[in-house]
Amino acid sequence: MTPLLSVKDLQVTFVTPDRTIHAVNGVSFDVKRGETLGILGESGSGKSVTLRSILKLHPAHRTRWSGSIALEGDEVLTMEGRALANLRGRRVSMIFQEPATAFDPVFTIGQQITESVRRHTGKSEAEAMKRAKDLLEMVRIPSPAQRLAAYPHEMSGGMRQRAMIALALSCDPSLLLADEPTTALDATVQIQVLLLIRELQRELDLGVIFVTHDIGVAVEVSDRVGVMYAGKLVELAGVEQMADAPRHPYSRGLLASTVHDGMRGQRLEAIPGAPPDLGEVPAACSFAPRCKSVEPRCLAAPPPLKPVDDSHFVRCVVAA
Amino acid sequence: MLLYALRRLLYLVPVAFGVSLLVFALVHLAPGDAISAIVPPDAPQEVVDKLRTYYGFDKPLPVQYFRWMLVTLGGDFGTSIGTGRPVFEEVGGAFLNTIVLAIAACIVAFSLAVVLGTAAAYARSRAVDRIVTSIALIGVSVPHFWLAIVLVIVFSVELGWLPPMGLGPENVAGWRLDLDHLRYMILPTVALSMIPLGVMTRTVRSTVKEILNMEFVTALQAKGMNDGRILLHVLKNAAPTCLAVMGLQAGNLIGGSILIETVFSWPGTGFLLNSAIFRRDLPVLQGATLVLAFFFMMLNLTVDVIQTMVDPRIKRG
Repeated sequence: MTPLLSVKDLQVTFVTPDRTIHAVNGVSFDVKRGETLGILGESGSGKSVTLRSILKLHPAHRTRWSGSIALEGDEVLTMEGRALANLRGRRVSMIFQEPATAFDPVFTIGQQITESVRRHTGKSEAEAMKRAKDLLEMVRIPSPAQRLAAYPHEMSGGMRQRAMIALALSCDPSLLLADEPTTALDATVQIQVLLLIRELQRELDLGVIFVTHDIGVAVEVSDRVGVMYAGKLVELAGVEQMADAPRHPYSRGLLASTVHDGMRGQRLEAIPGAPPDLGEVPAACSFAPRCKSVEPRCLAAPPPLKPVDDSHFVRCVVAA
Repeated sequence: MLLYALRRLLYLVPVAFGVSLLVFALVHLAPGDAISAIVPPDAPQEVVDKLRTYYGFDKPLPVQYFRWMLVTLGGDFGTSIGTGRPVFEEVGGAFLNTIVLAIAACIVAFSLAVVLGTAAAYARSRAVDRIVTSIALIGVSVPHFWLAIVLVIVFSVELGWLPPMGLGPENVAGWRLDLDHLRYMILPTVALSMIPLGVMTRTVRSTVKEILNMEFVTALQAKGMNDGRILLHVLKNAAPTCLAVMGLQAGNLIGGSILIETVFSWPGTGFLLNSAIFRRDLPVLQGATLVLAFFFMMLNLTVDVIQTMVDPRIKRG
């Protein structure tokens, strides 16, 4: 059975007159229907670039894509114009990090949901309004009929993000992309939104890719977790394996640098150094300069992604 | 919305009184005497005194102001000292001529500026952006009276395509909408539209460019909107800022350009004000300035109302 989404050896390069940035350097993963893949990484690791590439949201004249992104067998990277627009919001939709800026401030929530519904389903204005109201109800926004007439600035952050989820789900997509959807929210609202996403995902049998830099969030929502570093997946594993027995030194470092139970009085570990400059394609393990267990062979060639078992992969010659 | 507009209209009343006081004060503070400008230098003193009494200039200033306010509120602006005609007629006619020209220049400048500015903001090639930016720069920096003279030399004197001056064909008083009159409008409109074109192109370009970098534009692409629909979103977001600048520019045009109207002998407010100043025609000066100030206030009000209609974030408090 073909997976819902299959990404193979994705490479993304941004070319400007001044410099070239190799943002993503060979990322491969699959997402099944009804599965949530969490992608964990720090700023600049290429996680958001990978996510946005699935909708080809980067400006075409400055971006070079190679590899393959197949949605239910259809290649996305070669899509353009109308075919691409028909995919966006219909089969694959996206929740943005900051709902305050991802909604157009001068249109009402209702207008923005119905325009999407009408674009993809050809429903009438009245039918689309009805659909929008049902959607707001589904994401548990109180008094949905009034909220349809509200402008984004008239809603709270949590409410806006719920509306954003409603918008993303408006045309029954099969894949939902979430780009740090809880980062801009208060801690209490974060949990509510996470639970809502997980619940809707189960209910609608969605594939979800959830990008975050917050390990707690990744563990909370994901079935599998991929860790990205310097434009590559360095480890991919089921959520329990990743939480209990991470293999890659970077994953271990990330986990060690978070606060969890029984840590009072202990010193919090940090990973020394900073991520590499992505101006060139790395010729060795990108993490080697910061790695505690670095060996000479780490610097000889970029390490391949090796299986630890049939659902756990790690890109490290020392750990594998 | 209607209530908001009405309330704003009410606020204009005290402002209008302030403006009238200011206009009166400025006109009377200026050096020069209306009577000495119309009588010959060797006129006997009793004639001068008689005229002064006739026009009411012998009264103290506060009394003059209240007399002026009373007749003005009655819809009468007094009588021109220079021509003896009612000020209302003089100002009204000139004002209409200026408005016609200002509207034409606004249409030309604003529509062109929206197209050019948006194109430059969207342009990926630096060449397009540079060309548009240069046009904008030329628009604001070339002296428009000089351009007006060049236009007359090229299109009227050398090529003989367009009439060089005047409101319309000879012996026809007042502006009318027909082909003949439109031909007379072309050169002054082009000359007058240069500054607002330059200013607005730059405003539209920078506003649209800023909006294109906003996250919601990416979000619109992510939900499959086509380019036309996204442009609609972008323009509605750019509208409040652009409208505010447009209002100011339109206000400047309605004031009438003394220079342009002089070059083209266009009998508008600029022309009228100019001659009123030279003749020390205080009633005309007062009347014209007051009408212009009122129009400017109305224009600002209109822009404010449209802005609140377009942008829900502006409070109507």
